[in-house]
Amino acid sequence: MTARLVPAADDATGRRERPLRITVDGEALDGFAGQSIAGVLLAAGRLAWRRGPSGAPRGVFCGIGVCFDCLVRVNGEPDVRACRRRARDGDTVLTQSRAGGGEEAGDEGASGSSAALPAPAEEDNSDTEDGV
Amino acid sequence: MTARHVLVVGAGPAGLAAARSALAAGAEVVLVDSAEEMGGQYHRVPPAAFGAAHPERLQHHWAPFTRLRRELRAHPRCTWWPETAVWALEPRDPGEQGPPRVHLLHGPADGSGRTRHVLAPDALVLAPGAHDRVLPFPGWELPGVFTAGAAQALAKGERIAVGERVLVAGSGPFLLPVAGSLLEAGAGVRAVLEANPARTLARGWGSRPWQLAAHLGKTGELRDYAGQLLRHRVPYRTGRAVVEARGTGRVEEVVTARLRPDWSVVPGSSRTLAVDALCVSHGFSPQLELPVAAGCALLPSPAGEFVRVDGEQRTSAEGVWAAGEITGIAGAPAARAEGALAGWYAAGGDRTARALPRLHQVRDQGRDFAARLARAHPIGAAWPGWLRPDTLVCRCEETDYAALCAAAREESGAAARTARLATRAGLGPCQARICGPTVGELRARLRGSAPDARDAEGLAAPSSHRRPLAQPLRLGELARAPAPPPPGHRADGGPGSVPPRDPGPELPDDPAP
Repeated sequence: MTARLVPAADDATGRRERPLRITVDGEALDGFAGQSIAGVLLAAGRLAWRRGPSGAPRGVFCGIGVCFDCLVRVNGEPDVRACRRRARDGDTVLTQSRAGGGEEAGDEGASGSSAALPAPAEEDNSDTEDGV
Repeated sequence: MTARHVLVVGAGPAGLAAARSALAAGAEVVLVDSAEEMGGQYHRVPPAAFGAAHPERLQHHWAPFTRLRRELRAHPRCTWWPETAVWALEPRDPGEQGPPRVHLLHGPADGSGRTRHVLAPDALVLAPGAHDRVLPFPGWELPGVFTAGAAQALAKGERIAVGERVLVAGSGPFLLPVAGSLLEAGAGVRAVLEANPARTLARGWGSRPWQLAAHLGKTGELRDYAGQLLRHRVPYRTGRAVVEARGTGRVEEVVTARLRPDWSVVPGSSRTLAVDALCVSHGFSPQLELPVAAGCALLPSPAGEFVRVDGEQRTSAEGVWAAGEITGIAGAPAARAEGALAGWYAAGGDRTARALPRLHQVRDQGRDFAARLARAHPIGAAWPGWLRPDTLVCRCEETDYAALCAAAREESGAAARTARLATRAGLGPCQARICGPTVGELRARLRGSAPDARDAEGLAAPSSHRRPLAQPLRLGELARAPAPPPPGHRADGGPGSVPPRDPGPELPDDPAP
């Protein structure tokens, strides 16, 4: 077995469930309002959804937006941290991979306005840059 | 006289206390946090959409927290901005006074439609907190291996139990509340493993640790966690660590081993244990990118680098104060006292306020607690003994230990920058947040020098915390003009124009609300 959502009936917090549905790589997944996209995936029994440079599977590691292991594409926007983004009914989620030397989903023809700004490598910005 | 404009970054225990006392001192306050709710990791609350009737059942110190939250939300001089990321700090123009300009993005995490804001406060209080530090070990990249903080955040914030047979391992008192959160969510916890031997714990905490815990209001919490482990028959073992995780496509079993005080593995002591999740934390890494971007001097310590502050929580950077875990890992009570002091002084509060001595006292007790914590739960110097050539050190770029060793042997490995380029360690999406301290430490050892002691000539000293972009943003967002600041606040460096609305400030004297 793996991760699971505490059933609302057993939940000491007295949680209410308002259903929502998202698709992940075309497959419908049911979740509840308030869950993050990572929460919906984990509750659906998915432990991994992204692939690292070697193709190795990755899922949630830090859970608080620090490690960037859980990145997904949401409604066309690449590189969204699944642990930080609340799921909304109808969200279209695509999993991402860096395998085969491909950059993180940025190579899938993202529109200009939503293209991720490449992370600045330190050696290019060493001592003078202030962020922009 | 005009009201001081204070921007508080981070709405955990330190930031909330800072906002409160800055308001008490008469300031106009903007409080921002990347999360949707106040509370930070300590008061991680279920999302509002869960409609939880009894969120207090997952929390310690719930009533004072909710009172403070209500107070801040309702306060006419407090602007609360949830889901707000600070993506850059920009130095003021020459001749201009004050802390850096603060560039913000407001909206759903990593979205492209977020609103840009620029604020030019009179004072900046940084309280961004910390995240788990996890040392690498073979298999730590397998799905099902979580940081201890992730397991707790998922249990409290998402109501997800990460497994049915979970091992909690690493070092520090934080492992106990994590096990507690897992048990509450219905997970089975096989054991809690503290890597340091009992003798190190006893020596580190020193005499009368319970008295110290009582001062800081921690006794009840510790008693609750201990009772919970007993009730669920979860063993707490010292001097034992996870040295490998194994599985095909996910963690299926772990190898644990007995450790000597220096964390070298005792030969022949390894055991395997079937698990469906592993939760690890070897300590905490303060989130230093904003203080580093603001130009705050850091203070090295055996537990890592922290922001250097004076007795009033002021950093070395003009107009910048710091509070909470970025000044030392001391837990929520100390963070509250530090926040209360930082907010008060940042707002220009009266230095003779009656509540100050008590706050300074609690803060100092917190520093004592932090020192003992660091002594009781050190990272043993021999931990790299469990690394193998193919163990990943940088998760993002999948740089393994062998590549790091090879780079250090080569002449080009002499400079941190060239090594980073050669190995790509620290250049991936997380921008060295996870591997930075580890890579620095390993490189130093492999080269036999202090971490990053020398570097390419003419370039600023490298730091794994230097991130010109503190958070990712998108080109479209960058191209958009900033939206105006909240009423009463400025985006430029001009003089304040908002008169104080209620004179006669008084600092609340309860540092641990």
